[in-house]
Amino acid sequence: MNLLLVALTPFFGAAFVALISRLGRLHAAWGAGFVACIALALLSPLMMEAFAGEVTVQRISWMPLLGLDIAFRLDGLGLLFALMILCIGLLIILYARYYLSEHDDMGRFYAYLLMFMGSMLGIVLSENIIQMLIFWELTSLSSFLLISYWQSRQESRVGARMALAVTGGGGLALLGGFLLLGEIVGSYDLSVILASGDIIKSHSLYLPMLVLVLLGAFTKSAQFPFHFWLPNAMAAPTPVSAYLHSATMVKAGVFLLARMFPALSGTPEWFWLVCMTGLTTLVFAAYIAMFKDDLKGLLAYSTISHLGLITLLFGIGTPLAAVAGVFHIINHAIFKASLFMAAGIIHHETGTRDMRVLSGLWKYMPHTALLAMVAAASMAGVPLFNGFLSKEMFFAETLFVVNEPWGWLLPTAATMAGIFAVAYSLRFIHTVFFHGEPTDLPKTPHEPPRWMKVPVEILVFLCLLVGMLPALTVEPILAVAATSVLQGPLPEHDLAIWHGFNTALMMSIIALIGGVLVYIFRLPLSKLQERVEKRIDFRVLYDYLLNKFFKFAGIVTRTLDTFSQQRMVFVFMLFALVLGVSSFIGNEITLTGDQAVLPVDGVSVLMTAIIVIAAIGAVVMHRERLISLILLGTVGLGVALIFVKFSAPDLALTQLSVEVVTVVLILLALYFLPQRSPIESSNLLRSRDALVATAAGGGVAVLVWAVLTRPYQSIADYFLANSLPGGGGTNVVNVILVDFRGYDTLGEITVLALAGLGIYAMLENLKLSGSLHDSEDRPWDTDMHPVIMASFARLLLPLALLVSMYILLRGHNMPGGGFIAGLVTAVALVMQYLTNGVTWTQKRLPANMNVVIGMGMLIATLTGVASWIFGYPFLTSTFSHIHWPVIGEFELASAISFDLGVYLVVVGATLLILIYLGMVHRQSHLANVRKRIR
Amino acid sequence: MEALVAIIIGVLTACGVYLTLRGRTFPVVLGLTFLSYAVNLFLLVMGRLTIGQPPIISEGIENYADPLPQALVLTAIVISFAMTAFVIVLALKAHLEMGNDHVDGKHKS
Repeated sequence: MNLLLVALTPFFGAAFVALISRLGRLHAAWGAGFVACIALALLSPLMMEAFAGEVTVQRISWMPLLGLDIAFRLDGLGLLFALMILCIGLLIILYARYYLSEHDDMGRFYAYLLMFMGSMLGIVLSENIIQMLIFWELTSLSSFLLISYWQSRQESRVGARMALAVTGGGGLALLGGFLLLGEIVGSYDLSVILASGDIIKSHSLYLPMLVLVLLGAFTKSAQFPFHFWLPNAMAAPTPVSAYLHSATMVKAGVFLLARMFPALSGTPEWFWLVCMTGLTTLVFAAYIAMFKDDLKGLLAYSTISHLGLITLLFGIGTPLAAVAGVFHIINHAIFKASLFMAAGIIHHETGTRDMRVLSGLWKYMPHTALLAMVAAASMAGVPLFNGFLSKEMFFAETLFVVNEPWGWLLPTAATMAGIFAVAYSLRFIHTVFFHGEPTDLPKTPHEPPRWMKVPVEILVFLCLLVGMLPALTVEPILAVAATSVLQGPLPEHDLAIWHGFNTALMMSIIALIGGVLVYIFRLPLSKLQERVEKRIDFRVLYDYLLNKFFKFAGIVTRTLDTFSQQRMVFVFMLFALVLGVSSFIGNEITLTGDQAVLPVDGVSVLMTAIIVIAAIGAVVMHRERLISLILLGTVGLGVALIFVKFSAPDLALTQLSVEVVTVVLILLALYFLPQRSPIESSNLLRSRDALVATAAGGGVAVLVWAVLTRPYQSIADYFLANSLPGGGGTNVVNVILVDFRGYDTLGEITVLALAGLGIYAMLENLKLSGSLHDSEDRPWDTDMHPVIMASFARLLLPLALLVSMYILLRGHNMPGGGFIAGLVTAVALVMQYLTNGVTWTQKRLPANMNVVIGMGMLIATLTGVASWIFGYPFLTSTFSHIHWPVIGEFELASAISFDLGVYLVVVGATLLILIYLGMVHRQSHLANVRKRIR
Repeated sequence: MEALVAIIIGVLTACGVYLTLRGRTFPVVLGLTFLSYAVNLFLLVMGRLTIGQPPIISEGIENYADPLPQALVLTAIVISFAMTAFVIVLALKAHLEMGNDHVDGKHKS
């Protein structure tokens, strides 16, 4: 499962890096680089196959009935993206090591970065689209952490939240789209989806599905009108921007377009939606980028514009346009990453990113200037650099509709965007590196550390290499990636600098000359822009909508929440009643079914009477809390007897021991609470409550009667038949708990452990004072531990523990098991606390129950994991019979070890609760006694 | 016998509902306990009433009580204990911090 490991390695690496950063700041950087290299090494064995055009699919069955598998896929497109993510990631790791200052926590930075890397790898390597969506949302979450890395800055937090809201919201739309897609195709596997383009496009749900999927892609790729999150995300540290906005995060959207290209494209809906969005974004963002004074702001809008270009190419939908789209994805990643890094270097060495302040840096940092100039030239689409090639292909593709009416619009708009791109690239270079002498810079500029420039040098070298020798360098990977985008034969294309004098070249030349002219005469344009800028700020709209949304949520909460629990419970009960009654009404079915009823005997009637009287008595006497509690205990024991009567010995044992523990616990708590309840509600309210209660009880009774007088079908036969041969135990209830449904039990003991720990957290350091007198105003007895009872309890302890062990061991075959044994042990130990006092007992018994709970969880989980080692699913049990001397034949099931875990958790949680309450109790009691003695 | 069971479950439910509607924390906790008794019994008898046929496989016996609701209820009993414990301790803490044991943390004047 190489691919699974490739995607998961960065996640494990994140924890590793966070851990080793404690040893030293720079360990984190080395560690992160190491992790990325491992992921690359894991990917490499499959690379050759992907280059040969083969698709590798690796899957682990997860929920086959729902069509959910953990499935990974490596084809040309996935390989291209995985390589970009990992290689540019490595350069970013190196760069960030020099970028981050002494005060920045490196471990946290690299841990987030690796998490993000893993999420991106997951997207591009997923075969199952639901799984892809999980990674998709993980990129939103981890990018949130990265953008808000400087948590103390307001703009970081705002930017991060905005990015999360927009891309996370898009992710939800995408989930809807994917579910529809799965419905249409009948599978969530990409292989199936990519092969059923015709079914998808002719389906009635095509349009809603397409809109939802595109919403996901457009929000992620910052397409108009969702683009505003990207400039705000510039609050992130520059290495993050360089990574997220060149090769990764925003490329996830266009990756999705490329991935779904064969399945969704080729319809008028696709053409109009994708083309118009791409075109608007391309021109609009390129225009805005010219006026940004912030270096990173300029790059941010330029990124949006280039993403619009790629989107437009996929929207055009011809095979050659798709090839150009993939090519531009590669080129943009290379030059934009290096530009962001160069901007970061300038910021790092001068202390500002404001182009109104920056100028004349050529003198101080010529090396960096040269690198930035090459990358910017590539961004502008100057010949000999890689950006020129894909832009030329793009220009050529915009001409395909030129003969239609309005067809000239597309090439014209493309040329306009080209002009703007040249203008802002020129501005980047000219204002920052020339344009007079630098004045008022926060720092005296100089070249950065040697190794900080290396990542930029590598990328700029690639710009040149790809720009001059495209056929030798980029063609192989482009060919396999484009083939997997098209899922068909690759169109004729020629990656050359010179194609002769054609229209595309003319457009390039117009763009270059026009760009220079626009830059020279930019001042009037800037003035115009300043006037309209405020009106087209989408952030204002976002803030407005967000505010409205918060207000709406507030109104809903205030309408529904009456701030009175009694009223809320009443409404809830009434609603349940109405629901229940409404399903009775208008139903022809008789109340009594035709199943024969069991005969009634005298003892049963007597027991029923006792339970009913005790229960009603507990309600009538509920102001006298102690009496009410005693009556509750009576009912509990009655319930245990009902379990005995109806063939449920395990339940009876459990109920019996739980009842003891519950009553002791409530008694302990009652000591600190008022002994009586005052009359709270008026007579009218109480009769209203009584009415609702009677109606609820009557309804339930009728329902029980109606169900019990009808025959039923159970799936019990399966368990009864397989318990002994499959689970190795004759006590079917226990076998279900520890074997058939072991996973559920694991969940339940987790809840128990959490409840115990929650109570521990609430009771820790709690100082309560109990009353000096009981409810009858009699002072409490000072004799805390009567001697005779204490001695007997000590004598009984070994016996009680022996019994509980016996119950634990026999549980698989006879009534008993971990739950019951745990409760019996807890009761036996609680008795020691009660009779001998907390001090005496604690000296002899380790009180740290957290450890016991932890051990229990660990044993139960490890038992489950152990079955993996033998190649079985989680929590598969096995058993064998062994012959022990004296005892005889004894059956040993692996489930017993699981049951031991259950046992420990039950003992630990129960004792934790009682001991801590008891300790609070003892402090208060001692304080009271001391008071009285004084 | 079915009628008796229906009456018991009905009464326990009614008692539980009435107590959870009270204004002090202690009766509410008792009410929740009553409700969990009622629910546990309800779940168990959904497997119908069987007398003297515990689901423990032995030779020569053909009919057994339905083990599935029993397994369900067994863990439910333990979990409801944990929840009762949690709620009662929460009530204690609220009593300490609010100075009264009203469910909304305030005295109605």
